Amino acid sequence: MPESESVITQEMRDAVGVESDPVTYDIEKGAIIRFAQAIGDDNVIFNRENDARKTRYKGLVAPPTFLRSVAHVETPEPKIKVSSPYPANVDGGSEWEYFEPIHAGDTITATTYLSDVHERQGGRFGNMLIMVRETKYVNQFGNVAALQRTTGISYQPPD
Amino acid sequence: MEQRYFEDIEEGSEVPTLRKDPTPQQLVKYAGASGDFYQIHYDVNFAKNNGLPDIILHGALKNAFLGQLMTDYVGFDGTLKKLSCQYRAMDIPGTPVFAKGTVVKKYVEENENIVECEIWLENEEGQKTTPGYAIVSLPNRS
Repeated sequence: MPESESVITQEMRDAVGVESDPVTYDIEKGAIIRFAQAIGDDNVIFNRENDARKTRYKGLVAPPTFLRSVAHVETPEPKIKVSSPYPANVDGGSEWEYFEPIHAGDTITATTYLSDVHERQGGRFGNMLIMVRETKYVNQFGNVAALQRTTGISYQPPD
Repeated sequence: MEQRYFEDIEEGSEVPTLRKDPTPQQLVKYAGASGDFYQIHYDVNFAKNNGLPDIILHGALKNAFLGQLMTDYVGFDGTLKKLSCQYRAMDIPGTPVFAKGTVVKKYVEENENIVECEIWLENEEGQKTTPGYAIVSLPNRS
């Protein structure tokens, strides 16, 4: 397959790292417990305040993917919206990175941004555009508690 | 909860399998708890009109199952540092899914006991619908 022209625009390059307006969430104990019950996880650190206090967490903490649910309340909107010109998309995966526990009672501020855009040539579909979007969750102490990355891969399907 | 220690982990060893039995009711509960009300997860007619065989599990719920696999694995004193997955195939409620994993490598880095695991969700037929990767740290026994 011949090499295709790059579809990465200056607008895409300019969007990398530009953080959205922040959205702030109160991490409620009841929301954590409801989430743990919904996923069917009975770990006491997510469900029972009194038992969680006896662990090193000293109280209720959020399960690993909980933050994704608070983001549904109000989602940070990318400051610069960019989209792929290619019609076909595949899931390039979703990744969480954790730095500090999320405690009930925390105040978390989220921003989102395009963190990387690049291309991969020569695969079965010719040129593939890879866009990584990142959401950063910062706690009330100013520390990054978690990063969430989703990778979108798009391409022009062969005729 | 049983605590797992770094010294006891061997490369190639298994992460104890977590069986989940998602039902339509669980998908409704997850929709409510997560705020994801896309109808393909609880309205059969809507799902079928969108070309799906049935209602399907939220990708994020499958991600949560893999999260539980690893928070169970590390216990109270270990830490989940990274969790990733890819949604390769759909899973439908009413049949069990199995969260599984294998230790790929263990090493000490900056005084942390790191264990890296290949993880995945598989269906009853043994198809890996949701492959992923996890990095955790575990405490020392002594």
